[in-house]
Amino acid sequence: MSRVPQSHLDAAAVNRPLRGRVAIAGAATYGCGEAPGMDDMTLLVRAAHAAVADAGLTMQDIDGLATCSVNASMWTMPVIEHLGINPTYVDGTMIGGSSFIAHLLPAMRALEAGQCKAVLVCYGSAQRSATFGRKEGVAARRFLDPQPYEHPYEPVLPVAAYALAAARHMHEFGTTREQLAEVAVAARAWAQKNPEAFMRDPLTIEDVLSARPIASPLGVRDCCLVTDGGGAIVLTRAERARDLPRPPVYVLGNATAIWNRQISCMPDLTTTAAAQSGAQAFAMAGLKAADMDMAQVYDAFTINTILFLEDLGFCAKGEGGAFVAAGGIAPGGRLAVNTNGGGLSCVHPGMYGIFALIEAVRQLRGETGARQLSKHRTAVVHGNGGTLSSQSTAVLGTAETL
Amino acid sequence: MHLSAQTHYQAELDAGRFCLQHCPQCQNHVFTPRELCPHCGASPLRWVRASGLGTVYSATTIARKADAGGNYNVALIDLDEGVRMMSRVEGVAPEAVHIGQRVQAHVAHKDGRGLVLFQPAVQGGAE
Ligand SMILES: [Zn+2]
Repeated sequence: MSRVPQSHLDAAAVNRPLRGRVAIAGAATYGCGEAPGMDDMTLLVRAAHAAVADAGLTMQDIDGLATCSVNASMWTMPVIEHLGINPTYVDGTMIGGSSFIAHLLPAMRALEAGQCKAVLVCYGSAQRSATFGRKEGVAARRFLDPQPYEHPYEPVLPVAAYALAAARHMHEFGTTREQLAEVAVAARAWAQKNPEAFMRDPLTIEDVLSARPIASPLGVRDCCLVTDGGGAIVLTRAERARDLPRPPVYVLGNATAIWNRQISCMPDLTTTAAAQSGAQAFAMAGLKAADMDMAQVYDAFTINTILFLEDLGFCAKGEGGAFVAAGGIAPGGRLAVNTNGGGLSCVHPGMYGIFALIEAVRQLRGETGARQLSKHRTAVVHGNGGTLSSQSTAVLGTAETL
Repeated sequence: MHLSAQTHYQAELDAGRFCLQHCPQCQNHVFTPRELCPHCGASPLRWVRASGLGTVYSATTIARKADAGGNYNVALIDLDEGVRMMSRVEGVAPEAVHIGQRVQAHVAHKDGRGLVLFQPAVQGGAE
């Protein structure tokens, strides 16, 4: 039953020529946390404007666009309208929260081919503040994106899907609720070093274990935030990035893998498609997990971090619980993970992927203040979408990694 | 008229029958219902009655307020035919549903539409 599909793509051979050819030249967030009065587009446009300025460019320099929305299926069009741009490259691929990481490789090909010169990857969501239409939105998505083999059983998605994965991981490997709680506590400890993080109160293992149950074994503190926020990055060819004001952050590898949509169709709930996207991204980069100075991974729920650390190769399958235990991924631990506080404590406006990318950029540039890592040359950024459905991994590095 | 696989599946359920697809080419059972065999690409798939016997692959207790009906189970069930489906195991406290438990399907109706629910198997092998 747990027939895990294997890709035949030799990423090292096919994608390696793009390694380091494109860099992130600008990055910005806007309105993270609560942004009353804002809407999705306003947050996106303000983040985009700030990212383009950070790159030392103007909006008229942007001739490539990659964006998508939780709600609007034709989102690229109003975004183009609002930004006042005329792109020759457009990517509106929507595969959930991993989208913005998955936007990297096609944008790199377009930049390398000369189809465009500067690609803006951007997102905004007022998910927390916008009460209008939330219930209608859920009802509409059930109609437009039906899951007829799950919805009749009222699984309360997405949390029930992640709960099923967590329960299976605990069953197979002896992972404990305390180990899951370690992930939330570590995220909070990082968040306490980040002025932009939304939740910064102290959090203990006991707090997580005694929090309101949602879907066993997950309680409310095992679940990501619901916040507002916008985020954007600007990609250019590496040669051009070196002439721009900010230190270039090079894209060394990127790959995306999708094995299923519904959790009931996932071949094995303890191994995600990150095993494939991670292997291919590392192959393209010519690096491995042990070479990474940090990991920024999509922590929609505490189990995600454990699954992705395993699937990306930081530890063997089943050893993720032990890896995160005793402050393993907290400040001062064996690996710096989600140094902004992650989706669990920093920001999570519907989709988190762009914020993981931005935190890696800030760390690699050495501009993160109290949470700055002493070693910051390489980062793996991992995005997840749907219910452990889409996975995209990026490997980023500073000039010395080229 | 050619019914979509989903329509056919639901029509059988509405009539009280739990059916799966079977691939005549590679002999695998297929669920969720679809047009092509996901293992070998063959079409058409043929409909067969499910045995209804399965094993809990994973389970969660969804917290719900008592006045809304209280907690309930959601589970993934590995059917003996070699396919997996989401469902609920009822007839036992939601917290008592556990991985590896043997379960038996029955067709229930909600708002006139059939759905597959499970209960602990009375017989059908050891856990
Ligand atoms: Zn077949």
